[in-house]
Amino acid sequence: MSNALRPDLAAIAAHVEPSTRVLDIGCGEGELMAALEAEKDCDARGMELDPALVERCVARGLSVVQGDADSDLADYPDGAFDYAVLSQTLQTTTRPDLMLDQLLRVGERAFVSFPNFAHWRTRAALMFGGRMPVTQALPVSWYETTNIHHVTVDDFRDLARQRKARVERSWFFANERPIPARFANWRAEFAVFELVR
Amino acid sequence: MSHSFPSLELPDALPLDSGQALAGARIAYETYGELASDKSNAILICHALTGDQFVASTHPITGKPGWWERMVGPGKPIDTARHHIICANVIGSCMGSTGPASAAADGAPYAMRFPVITIRDMVRALVALLDELGIERLHAVVGGSMGGMQALSLAANWPERASRVLVIASTARHSAQNIAFHEVGRQAIMADPAWQRGDYYAGDLSPDNGLAVARMAAHITYLSEEGLTEKFGRRLQDREAKSFGFDADFQIESYLRYQGSGFTRRFDANSYLYITRAMDYFDLAEEHGGRLANAFEGTAARFCLVSFDTDWLYPTAESRHIVHALNAAGAKVSFVELSAPNGHDSFLLEHTQLDRVVRGFIE
Repeated sequence: MSNALRPDLAAIAAHVEPSTRVLDIGCGEGELMAALEAEKDCDARGMELDPALVERCVARGLSVVQGDADSDLADYPDGAFDYAVLSQTLQTTTRPDLMLDQLLRVGERAFVSFPNFAHWRTRAALMFGGRMPVTQALPVSWYETTNIHHVTVDDFRDLARQRKARVERSWFFANERPIPARFANWRAEFAVFELVR
Repeated sequence: MSHSFPSLELPDALPLDSGQALAGARIAYETYGELASDKSNAILICHALTGDQFVASTHPITGKPGWWERMVGPGKPIDTARHHIICANVIGSCMGSTGPASAAADGAPYAMRFPVITIRDMVRALVALLDELGIERLHAVVGGSMGGMQALSLAANWPERASRVLVIASTARHSAQNIAFHEVGRQAIMADPAWQRGDYYAGDLSPDNGLAVARMAAHITYLSEEGLTEKFGRRLQDREAKSFGFDADFQIESYLRYQGSGFTRRFDANSYLYITRAMDYFDLAEEHGGRLANAFEGTAARFCLVSFDTDWLYPTAESRHIVHALNAAGAKVSFVELSAPNGHDSFLLEHTQLDRVVRGFIE
């Protein structure tokens, strides 16, 4: 299913239980929400910073609130959702540690996806080029990127442990394809974690 | 100033929040587009303070186009080819619905004997109209500014009556600043000797000067500083130099005077008193135990709120406050702050993003 979705979103869409309540934080144009509503009968809500993207979501009939994940997640009551989804947004938040707490406060479970800064291409760019990497997974120069907190697979596992979040499942991707978990910190361009507390 | 337009008399006395009741109330309304045989395609549009039922048809007094013709019509975001649009004049107003200029039981105009009404009273009358029209559930209720207050009130107090609730540039409560500006307007009317404690209907004099000043003060709140500066700046009106007098030297003065005097030709001063009072009394949380989320508990309706970044009358924070409450109540809600140069009035003006949001939400 959802073959049009970005691989991390497809992994999330495939593993969300049907007929659940989902909050997609940083929902963009609402691709994941639309898939969850159409294919899994979910009650999907979104939050998005960019008003032009919010407008597109509303125009396609999705319930999306313009808001800043850093400040506006506090508006939602505890346990309001079965899942909180944060896809490729963690590294742009001011406090990823507090963000993780918020995700697991508003959601019973959380899906978090992010680009892995320890991918071998990134390491090679730093090691041999001596420059901040510009790769397929991280295509924007250091001065323009919204990624203010780069994170690696191992860093994230560590953060989850610190915040007392249990990793239920994880998925890794390179070249838009799933790869095995072995050596994921070297080999994965993107990672998706399912967390529960 | 009491006008006669197509209207319907409510069969029962309308109970009011003040404890009084309004017997024999008439509701003037316009409709556009065909009502489906199952009556499932009705959209109620609620008008703002000085608005009226002529949302998409020529105003019978001014001859100007309907106040939201750019939004409502065949193929427009609120599409009369697909939906049946109902727009009614609120009670307390002066375009055919019962208000202070209407005749009371003794045949004389109510004037200040008209009971003080609330936003919820206005909506109660609209719901009574829907009952008469046999419309149980609206496809959507839509309103900007005071119209948004009515849409929220309908959603909170008659949650079964609308599937979609679209609230533009509005608020769930009047702030001290909102009340302050309205009080300036009311005092301007009441300070006009021609007001005569509201009993001006029989004579030749009516408080046009006071009403014009009220409109001038209010009109400033509908615009933005940026918009005023761009449109008028410090430019002089039809003259090369300042007159060293108190004529309308500046274009902005001339514009406000024009707005003020034009307004008196189509609006009743007492209606202005009553409707601004209703808005000042509006506090949706207060009606629901002091917690706004209670107002929306268990609602199945979908909500969409829109604010404008230069609106300082009902700023974005007010819409966010409502969104917060809707989230707490678990309601399906969308919210977007749109960028527009023209302050509160932006909701009435050309705005392609607003059009897309409205069209998408109403679908």
